[in-house]
Amino acid sequence: MSRAAVVSLDGITKTFPGVRALSDVTLNLYPGEVTALVGENGAGKSTTVKVLTGIYKPDAGVIRVGGKVTRFATAHDATRAGITAIHQETVLFDELSVAENIFLGHAPLTSWGLIDRAETHRRASELLAEIGAQIDPSTRLRDLGIASKHLVAIARALSIDARVVIMDEPTAALSQKEIRELFALIEQLKAQGKAILFISHKFDEIFHIADNYTAFRDGELVGEGRISEVTEAELVQLMVGRAVDQIYPKRDPHPMEDVLEVAGYAHPTEFADIGFKLRKGEILGFYGLVGAGRSEFMQSLFGITRPSHGTTRINGAEKSIRSPADAIANGIVYVPEDRGKQGAIIGLPIFQNVTLPSLGNTSRNGFLRMTKEFELAREYTQRLDLRAASLDQEVGNLSGGNQQKVVIAKWLSTRPQVIILDEPTKGIDIGSKAAVHEFMSELAAQGLSIIMVSSEIPEIIGMSDRVIVMREGRIVAELSGDDLSPEELVRHASGIVETAA
Amino acid sequence: MSLADRHIPDRLTGRGAQLLRSWETLLLLVAVGIFVLNSFASPYFLNAWNLSDATFNFTEKAMIAFAMALLIISGEIDLSVASIIALASTAMGLAMQWGAGTSELVLIGLLVGLLCGAFNAVFVTVLGLPSIVVTIGTMSLFRGISYIILGDGAFRGYPPSFAYFGQGYVFWVISFELVLFALLALLYGVVLHKTNFGRAIFAIGNNPTAAMFSGIRVQRIKFILFLLTGLMSGVAAVCLTSRLGSTRPSIATGMELEVVTMVVLGGVNILGGSGSIPGVVIAACVMGLVTFGLGLLNVPGIVMSIFIGLLLIGVIALPRLWRLWSQRRKT
Repeated sequence: MSRAAVVSLDGITKTFPGVRALSDVTLNLYPGEVTALVGENGAGKSTTVKVLTGIYKPDAGVIRVGGKVTRFATAHDATRAGITAIHQETVLFDELSVAENIFLGHAPLTSWGLIDRAETHRRASELLAEIGAQIDPSTRLRDLGIASKHLVAIARALSIDARVVIMDEPTAALSQKEIRELFALIEQLKAQGKAILFISHKFDEIFHIADNYTAFRDGELVGEGRISEVTEAELVQLMVGRAVDQIYPKRDPHPMEDVLEVAGYAHPTEFADIGFKLRKGEILGFYGLVGAGRSEFMQSLFGITRPSHGTTRINGAEKSIRSPADAIANGIVYVPEDRGKQGAIIGLPIFQNVTLPSLGNTSRNGFLRMTKEFELAREYTQRLDLRAASLDQEVGNLSGGNQQKVVIAKWLSTRPQVIILDEPTKGIDIGSKAAVHEFMSELAAQGLSIIMVSSEIPEIIGMSDRVIVMREGRIVAELSGDDLSPEELVRHASGIVETAA
Repeated sequence: MSLADRHIPDRLTGRGAQLLRSWETLLLLVAVGIFVLNSFASPYFLNAWNLSDATFNFTEKAMIAFAMALLIISGEIDLSVASIIALASTAMGLAMQWGAGTSELVLIGLLVGLLCGAFNAVFVTVLGLPSIVVTIGTMSLFRGISYIILGDGAFRGYPPSFAYFGQGYVFWVISFELVLFALLALLYGVVLHKTNFGRAIFAIGNNPTAAMFSGIRVQRIKFILFLLTGLMSGVAAVCLTSRLGSTRPSIATGMELEVVTMVVLGGVNILGGSGSIPGVVIAACVMGLVTFGLGLLNVPGIVMSIFIGLLLIGVIALPRLWRLWSQRRKT
């Protein structure tokens, strides 16, 4: 290939205490082409983005911009070199207007040296029109939806005349229609000769939009080339270093006694009249559209929000659950969807995260026993195949996927009867996903009852013994066996039962 | 993939190596340095009785600083502690005028401290208000009540046996306050570093939401910490009133800032989540030695307050420089 890369990484190595995040990796970005960066969680994708945008300084290796060796001392240097990133969570400012967000730091000035509001507004409208976004530049950012925020981020990228646009999981929170619009926009950026680095876990997207691929595994380059010369299976093989069967683990559920019985749960605004039974060793799926009240109900069951009505029976005995502490004491645990905010305590070491809800068991008379804590933490983190340098490493130094393993280990170590998993595989790669599914069925086989909230139809059908469908805060259907089909799920969830039946 | 064939060690660096690189070690070196400088600067420094006197510069503040350290690690703060001393001392003065004996006086001092702590706790943990605002409010409120009761007068004439708490010696030059300081240091050190309660404090300071999701009763623990801080202010009020032998409404003015300085100097993150009691103990000694040294050199009070101000700013900057330096060594 005789094409000249706009930006290239050559032999980049980056280590953190005890972990080698990147080791001698190469990455080339070409003008007018989309390069997909693929790899499992912890493969070094985020670290690469941070090296490219000047946030991390590599320990070894060089960055070339237009063929010249360049050093990014700060993030500002990377921006000046024309590299801009659109992150998973867009780094924009909610309280500023769209126009202010686009031109923050490089706003057009008046002859007095003050910000020229009229000119800012005019140029922002132009940029937004250029990408086909119907957004008023004077709108406050927080009033926009996530898709529109992405568009603003792209407009900002264009405003600094970026040569390289990095998109880190840009479609994670978008609907199908919005994803199509984003792809149209990417085509437009390509036509303008911009180099695009596209990071995604979704293979259909990668094969749809990318021209090249670069695959990382455990911080090393394991393959690169044209996307047209590779198959999906080969790419998966590269990423995980082994063949992954996408088939869900087969299970053989035996009907056993009821563990949990919920009746008449209601909340003034979020949900009403929720009742169901959960058997020992069963996986019960909860399906519904976003906003159907599934998470709100689960958090109420876990004692975080107080329901206005409702009874919970555990093994036949009525229990009052008024706080997470009560729920844990009664053997119900909840693995939240928002792992960063509600799950991991990133400033504390791994073992302290794992033992936090189990301190009552590891301690004696309220006094800590470190040996017990390390034992418990080791038992569960190793069962989940955690990758870490040591158990006293801060959780903040781990990759996202490994942080999730710490959170799940934390809950399993309480030896619960019922575990509620809220979107357990959202945003994690295929390899980890299969590991989580495998582990779930193993737990169910050991007699743990699982409630799984998921919005992913293959997952919910593949894993659940029964599925409860919720819509607008109410249970609208319970499906199992042959009734459990994608069509049925979607019909009930979107409320077109009568007309389509 | 075979699970569980990958052994993760407990620790990479031994505890000794961790200790050697810690903030507390640096602080200890500073303390030793100041001690040596002082002994060269003044011939009166290395005298058992003078050194014993010097401990009074920090013992009362440190008692509050222990509880304050826990509170700040949990992500809250109490700026009303000096005003609690004023109110508790005033209450003791009133009780003395009505004929209370030494034991009743102590009980009243502690009780007023506890009540003031409960007052702050209700506003912060039940109503969910920010502690910095609440305690700035109660800082004015508590001392205001003292001023209303005392005006520009003072309570004097505490019973002779009451003098023991601030002026008594347990053995040779070892004062009652110094012994109390040591016992409390041990108690708070164990509570913070060796109990479930202490672990919960760190978890709350790092991420209150995740702590709550982990079954920790966040508001209850914060309530207890405000109570403890109030109680310790009551203890300090007993000692200080006993040492001065009188109560004025201006008693302990500005002490809250010295307490916070001590806590932050001890390596507690002002934003919560990390810190240690040994650090606070060493910080107390450093501050005591500095004040005493400057006093021996006849440095006027105004200059001393400039020095305390510089110390506070320097202390907040130092951990950051220290972290930068140790990060550079690691990478």
